[in-house]
Amino acid sequence: MFRASVYVTPKAGILDPQGATIERALPALGFEGVQNIRVGRYVTLDVQGTDPEVVRRDVDDMCRRLLANPIIEDYRFELTALEERE
Amino acid sequence: MTGIAPRKVRFGIVVFPGSNCEYDAKHALSTFPHAEPYYLWHKDDDLQSPDVVILPGGFSYGDYLRTGAIARFSPLMGAVSAFAESGGLVLGICNGFQILTEAHMLHGAMLRNRGLKFVCRSQHLRVERTDTPFTRGLTVGDVIQVPVNHNEGAWTAGSEDLRQIEDQRLVVFRYCDEGGDVTDAVNPNGAVDNVAGIVNERGNVLGMMPHPERVCESAVGGIGGRGLFDSLINHVLEGM
Repeated sequence: MFRASVYVTPKAGILDPQGATIERALPALGFEGVQNIRVGRYVTLDVQGTDPEVVRRDVDDMCRRLLANPIIEDYRFELTALEERE
Repeated sequence: MTGIAPRKVRFGIVVFPGSNCEYDAKHALSTFPHAEPYYLWHKDDDLQSPDVVILPGGFSYGDYLRTGAIARFSPLMGAVSAFAESGGLVLGICNGFQILTEAHMLHGAMLRNRGLKFVCRSQHLRVERTDTPFTRGLTVGDVIQVPVNHNEGAWTAGSEDLRQIEDQRLVVFRYCDEGGDVTDAVNPNGAVDNVAGIVNERGNVLGMMPHPERVCESAVGGIGGRGLFDSLINHVLEGM
C-alpha cells in the first residue's frame, strides 16, 4: 500500500483570481512584500500495490485524466510506502 | 415545406444529479410548435433517437473537483459522445459547456470568474458565425441579449489551441456591449478573447455559458434565445 500526496496548482500564466485576492488581503495584516500567491488543491490517496513503479504510473494516469485538468493545471505527487498492519 | 405537417424535432435533455435548468430548457422548447423535448437520465444508456442533445445548466455532482469533471463520466455521456462523433447535434449550456470541455468534446477549460463573484445578469452577445446549425437563422454581427448565470465561466485555452480556434473560426458568440463592441469592460468573467460560445471543428457541438433557454418568451424578459432554437429546428426539418 502506498500513500500518494498529489499537489495540483494553476499553470504558470493562468490567471489565479483566488491567489490575487489573498495577495491583496495580506498587507491588511501587516505582511508586505508577498508575491506570486497561487492557490491549488492537495489530494491524498492510498493505493493498493507492491510495485512502486506500477503505483506511480497509475497515480500519474489518475492525475492526468481526473485529478488535474492539464489545460489549466500542473500536478506533482509523492509516494510513501505504508506499513502493512498485522 | 409541402402540405404534409413536418415531423417534430426531438430534443433529448440530459439530467445529471445537480442539474437545475432542465425544466427551463424543456419549457422553452415547448413554446416551439415543431420541437418535442424530453428528459434523459444520466444513467440511461439510450438517447431515444434525438435530433439534438442538450446538456443543461446546473451544478452537476455539486461541481466537485472541477465543474463538469465528474458528469463527464456518467454512463450516458458515452452515448452522447458517440452521437456527436456520428454528426449528431449537441448543445451544452453553462454547466453543459463545462462538461463538454472536460469531456474534450470542445477546446479549452473553465476557470473561476475573474472577479471571484458569481455573475447573474443580462449580457449582450455578438454573433460571430452563422454557418452552423445553431446560428443559421442569425446574421454575423447581430447582437442578442441573453442572461449569464455562473461562477466558473472564464473560458481559456492553451496558446496552440487558441491559434487553432482562431484559424478554424470556432468562436460562435463573444461578450459585447449593446452596440456589438467586444471590450474587456463588458466581459463578465474574464474569458479569453471574450469567448462566450464555441463549436467543435465539425460544427455540430456548441457550448455556451449564457442561457438562451431563459429568453424564449417576452413574458420572462426577452426572446434573444429564440433564434438559436429556431435555427436548430429549421436545420433538422430541412434535413441539412
